[in-house]
Amino acid sequence: MKSFTYERPGTPAEAAAAVAAKPNAKFIAGGTNLLDLMKLQIETPTHLVDVNGLGLDRVEPTPPACARIGALVRNTDLAADPRVRTDYGVLSRALLAGASGQLRNKATTAGNLLQRTRCPYFYDTAQACNKRQPGSGCSALDGVSRQLAVIGASETCIATHPGDMAVAMRVLDATVETVDAKGTERRIPVAEFHRLPGDTPNVDTTLKTGELITAVTLPKPVAGMHIYRKVRDRASYAYALVSVAAILGKDGTGRVAFGGVAPRPWRVEAAEVDLPKGAKAVTDMVFAEANPTRDNAYKLKLAERALTAAINQARA
Amino acid sequence: MIGASAAAAMAAAAAAAGDAPAGTDKPVMAKVVLNVNGQRRELELDTRTSLLDAAREHLHLTGSKKGCDHGQCGACTMIVDGRRINACLTLAVMHQGSEITTIEGLGGPDDLHPMQAAFVAHDGYQCGYCTPGQICSGVAVLAEIKAGIPSHVTADLNAPMQVTDAEIRERMSGNICRCGAYSNIVEAMTEVAGRQA
Repeated sequence: MKSFTYERPGTPAEAAAAVAAKPNAKFIAGGTNLLDLMKLQIETPTHLVDVNGLGLDRVEPTPPACARIGALVRNTDLAADPRVRTDYGVLSRALLAGASGQLRNKATTAGNLLQRTRCPYFYDTAQACNKRQPGSGCSALDGVSRQLAVIGASETCIATHPGDMAVAMRVLDATVETVDAKGTERRIPVAEFHRLPGDTPNVDTTLKTGELITAVTLPKPVAGMHIYRKVRDRASYAYALVSVAAILGKDGTGRVAFGGVAPRPWRVEAAEVDLPKGAKAVTDMVFAEANPTRDNAYKLKLAERALTAAINQARA
Repeated sequence: MIGASAAAAMAAAAAAAGDAPAGTDKPVMAKVVLNVNGQRRELELDTRTSLLDAAREHLHLTGSKKGCDHGQCGACTMIVDGRRINACLTLAVMHQGSEITTIEGLGGPDDLHPMQAAFVAHDGYQCGYCTPGQICSGVAVLAEIKAGIPSHVTADLNAPMQVTDAEIRERMSGNICRCGAYSNIVEAMTEVAGRQA
C-alpha cells in the first residue's frame, strides 16, 4: 500500500472541498472495497478524507411517505430498518443477499453504490485492463468472462457493476443526492448514476471530482410483492451471476431490474408491460441488444429463468 | 457516539498525519487512541496500519488472525462498538475512541466465555486458526438475532428472528474454516443460544 495523509472533516461540504483540493484524494467511509484495492495498489490515493464523522447515518421519513437514506447508513442498518423492511422489502432483501455479516456492518449506502467491479482482470495487475489503466487493453475480452457483462458493455470493457443494493434501488426509482466543494447540491436518478463504459471505462459514475454523496432518496412505496432473487455459485457470500429485483402483483404486473449482467443495474421499463405474458417476453426485449461472450451467454437463459421464478413466487 | 477527548485526539491525528510526504513508501504517522478489551491504548501508527495489524503487531494481541487480509476469510473478526467487523479491512486511524473486543477480551483459559467453552465442548475447531474469528463472529451473530436483525434466509422480514441451523449457517458465511468444523460450530452456537434463551 502506498502511504497517504489522512483527515477527518466536520461537514459534508468541507469533505467535498478537502477531496477537491488535493489531487489523488479520496473519500473513505466503510473502506471495505477501497482498502482491499489499496492493498493491491489498484487504488493509490495519497490523501484520505474520512467521512465517518459526518453523521448522515439515519433513515428518515420524508413527506409524502417517502424515505431518505443517509449516505453513511450501514448496510446492516438499512436492511434492518423497520420502514425499509415493511415498505421497501426488495431493498432489504438485496442488501441481505450481499457480502457477509462483517462486511455489511461496515459497508455504507454511498460506498456500496461506488464499489468497483470484481472483474478478475481488474484485480490482476499483471493483466491489461482499461478500467484500471486506461489504454492498456482488456484481457477479459479473450479471457475467462463467465462472470462478466452481456449487455451495456463496450469493446474496451465488459466488467459488471457487482452490487445488489443498486439493483433494488433501480427498481425503486431511487435518487442519489450529492454536494460539491462549493456547497452546491445535486440530485441524480440512480438510473443515470452508473455510466456505461464506452471509451472511458475507468470512469464508473457520473459524479464529479470531490462530489460527495449525502443521501439516497426513495419515492413512495410501490405495492406488490418485493422480491430479490440472486443466482450465484454458492448459497451465501458470493457475487451474483444474475440477479432479479422485482416488485410484482399476483396478476404478474409490475417492474423488474437485473443485476450481474451489465456495467450498471439493467432495467428496460418498456418491457415491463409484457410481464403478465411471462418472463420470456420480458427478457427477449430487455436483452434484445445483448452481446454475450461464449462464456457468459448462459446468463440470458438464466435471467429468463430467474424472472420466471420471481413471477411464480409472486403468484403463489 | 464519539467523546470530546476522542475528537481532540482526532484533530491531533489529522494534524500529525498531514506533515509527512504521501504517495511513497515513507510512512505518514498518526496518533491513535483505542479502547481495547476495556483498556485505553495510545499508539503512534503509520496511517496504513489496519486495525488487525495494530492489535497484533503493536499491542501484541495475537489472538486475532490474519488469513486472507482481504475480508474474505473472517479470521480477523473483532467486535467493534458492538458490531463484528473484518479488522483487516479497516484502518486503526479510523477507530479513534472505538471500543474494541478481541478474542482475548472475551475470555482466557481460566475464565472462558460461554462461546469459547461451547467450542471446546463441541469440537468446534481442528487447527484453531480460524477459531478466534469464528468465536467473535458467533457471539455477535447471536446478539444480531436477539436484536432482530434479519438475514438472507429469514422467511418473514417482519417476524421475530429464530436461532435455526439455516440462520446460523447463513450468518456465519463470512468465516471460513479449512478444517471443515462447520457442523460442530453450529452445535456450539446452538447450545449457547439455548443457554441464553
